[in-house]
Amino acid sequence: MPVDLDPLLLSRIQFGFVISFHVLFPAITVGLASWLAFVEWRWLRTHNPLWRELYFFWTKIFAVTFGMGVVSGIVMSFQFGTNWSGLSSAAGAILGPLLSYEVLTAFFLEASFLGVMLFGWNRVKPGLHFLATCMVALGTLISTFWILSANSWLHSPAGYTLVDGAFHPASWMEVIFNPSFPYRLAHMVLAAFISTCFIVGGTAAFYLRRGRHVEEATRMLRLAVAFAAITVPAQIVVGDLHGLEVHELQPSKLAAIEAHWEREEEGAGVPLVLFALPDAEAERNRAELAIPRLGSIILTHSWDGGIAPLSEFAPEDRPPVWPVFWAFRVMVGLGFAMLGLVAWSLWQWKRGRLFDTPLLLRAWSWMWPSGLVAVLAGWITAEIGRQPWVIYGQLRTADAVSAVSGAAVAVSLAAFVLVYLFVFGMGGYYIGVMVRRGPARVHPPEHDAERKSASRPMSAADDEPLEVDA
Amino acid sequence: MDMDTVLPVVWFGVIGFGILMYVLLDGFVLGIGVLAVFAESDDQLDISMNTAAPIWDGNETWLVLGGVALFSAFPLAYSVLLSALYLPVLAMLLALIFRGVAFEFRFKAIRWKRFWGVCFAAGSLVTAFAQGTILGAVVEGMPLQEGRYAGGVFGWFSPFSMLTGTAVVFGYGLLGSTWLILKTEGRTQEIAYALTRPLVGVTIAFMGLVSTWLPFLDSDIMARWFEGTNFLWLSPIPLLAVANAVALWVAVLRKAEVAPFVLALSFFGLGFVGLVIGMWPNLIPPNLDIWQASSPASSQGFVLVGLAILLPVILGYTWWSYTVFRGKVTADVGYH
Repeated sequence: MPVDLDPLLLSRIQFGFVISFHVLFPAITVGLASWLAFVEWRWLRTHNPLWRELYFFWTKIFAVTFGMGVVSGIVMSFQFGTNWSGLSSAAGAILGPLLSYEVLTAFFLEASFLGVMLFGWNRVKPGLHFLATCMVALGTLISTFWILSANSWLHSPAGYTLVDGAFHPASWMEVIFNPSFPYRLAHMVLAAFISTCFIVGGTAAFYLRRGRHVEEATRMLRLAVAFAAITVPAQIVVGDLHGLEVHELQPSKLAAIEAHWEREEEGAGVPLVLFALPDAEAERNRAELAIPRLGSIILTHSWDGGIAPLSEFAPEDRPPVWPVFWAFRVMVGLGFAMLGLVAWSLWQWKRGRLFDTPLLLRAWSWMWPSGLVAVLAGWITAEIGRQPWVIYGQLRTADAVSAVSGAAVAVSLAAFVLVYLFVFGMGGYYIGVMVRRGPARVHPPEHDAERKSASRPMSAADDEPLEVDA
Repeated sequence: MDMDTVLPVVWFGVIGFGILMYVLLDGFVLGIGVLAVFAESDDQLDISMNTAAPIWDGNETWLVLGGVALFSAFPLAYSVLLSALYLPVLAMLLALIFRGVAFEFRFKAIRWKRFWGVCFAAGSLVTAFAQGTILGAVVEGMPLQEGRYAGGVFGWFSPFSMLTGTAVVFGYGLLGSTWLILKTEGRTQEIAYALTRPLVGVTIAFMGLVSTWLPFLDSDIMARWFEGTNFLWLSPIPLLAVANAVALWVAVLRKAEVAPFVLALSFFGLGFVGLVIGMWPNLIPPNLDIWQASSPASSQGFVLVGLAILLPVILGYTWWSYTVFRGKVTADVGYH
């Protein structure tokens, strides 16, 4: 039964699938680790048991998420070799060292101090425990630094020379700090912080609506609003700067984001397309709804600036327009929805009604995944927008794939889909149960050098197990 | 001697060291999983898993280091090996997922607690076997054409790789049982002692079998060992291994607590070094050597600087985290 299984297409689907799952976990843990460091700092400063309780509660959720991030991350570090050997043999000399530094500066740091953070509460002094939490938080940020550097290099390669078709480093400073890196790093770190704000705020609103854990919830919601009030507007500024950078460095991506097919007449400016059904074959948009000149203002910060249209790129050099156009709109739409919610929250806060405006609380408890969805949409925009290139302008994705059979990739793709949906589905379920149960009054054993075993104080409150028999 | 000659040699050592650290450190954690079927109750498995819960993640990181170090220093070998070993690598990755999440999920579940225990056991077993198979397949070598893998999807499958797969399962089992002797007491420790005796015998037998088989493989391993005066220089390794095996046997009979684990580690280490020496200077026997597979000196040197600075730091805080959790793990203090 000869079936034509295309290893390129299947490998792309597989990579997209495993990395989409994976990125959700760091998106949560990067922000959550900093949040935990903040909470433990408050506990050490005030010795209000409420902070300790919040620390234990979020640490449990952090542990499960981090565990899933680790196992799905190991898949990523082998994926380049198994499925993208063309990329890894051509650019291994550049990408390998960046990932090596990630392991050396971040992964070991996170992993070693995570053990102390999760299991060392009664085995090390409070200050040392706080240090462990800070090291884990620092590790997640360092990890983001390197992985974004490596990814940005694929979008804006710099500092290399080509030797027999292989990319060799010429200047490591230029490689690491490649042109798009600063924008993309800031964008991703803020995205992770925002994701955490909305998870914490959404959880708080969930409790407030039910009148449970009120004391903890008011504290969480206040902090979520305060942090989001800083990060969300900052993200919109960074996103705008990032857009200017894409305009300059990846014009074909920008053209796809805007579904901009033909160059406008001189001085007419670029309209902003709000809604459209891009039709790649006809090279135009159907059912287009656009605002004249707004595109120019946003993308070039001028009244009549132009951007390169898709028609100026050969058809084989254009990214798929439909997913890029829509993923971008989902991301930006959610960004402004989050901004609106934050503004509304601040206003109610000022009026002293932050905790008893039912509609506002409902909005928060619905908006909890908005950061994560925006992260996924943003990555889809960036990565599909880079197509057909794996290294923009230099190496085509089609030339990067391994010489593995389509059947082997079909088997692995099916296995990854089944395992990920099941395992990470269960993980999500356990997190859901923990959130629904909420923080409990915990009385952990005092710091006690006599303690012999690696206890799990984070779960000291779990007298009753997590699974519900319903 | 210029950098292009020396750096690949250094990196061969670095990657060998990283993989050795991984096999030893995750070896005993995977060994706990391999032996999970012998636990008499959920509580015993709780104790076994809690001996490793605070450190397994750091141990597993050595595997990631091995992977990315190969990627950066020898990209060609990385891309060829992983695409050639597509299926065993896939099996290993999926098994590692089940093994890893079991640490978290098992302690959060009640009705599914058994299930995650089985996942822990099966995940560890499959990981161990897949890693042994990968090791065997690499030592055996693989056909290349113009720098690309020329074997089939099942090119890694051979009697030898099946043997090494089985051998690693038992070897990890030995590391796990001696670790449990060190970290537990009472009934759990008794079971560990009872398991260690046969495991020592079986592991020695497998090591002997693999060593005997090696010279008959189609790679250059025989030449490496028996060429000229090489054997004389290398003879300490098999001699030490024999002495190590005897000492390990005696330590177990004497019911020592620390010595069996330490001696199991060194025994495993000697076996690993013996294999790696046989491969030298190839990364993929018989045709791809470390200089052919090498990335430019600017890449290898760049990471080596970081490695020289950071490796002592990493080893330092890894050691510290082990000392935080030193001592016996008992049932009375609140695990999940």
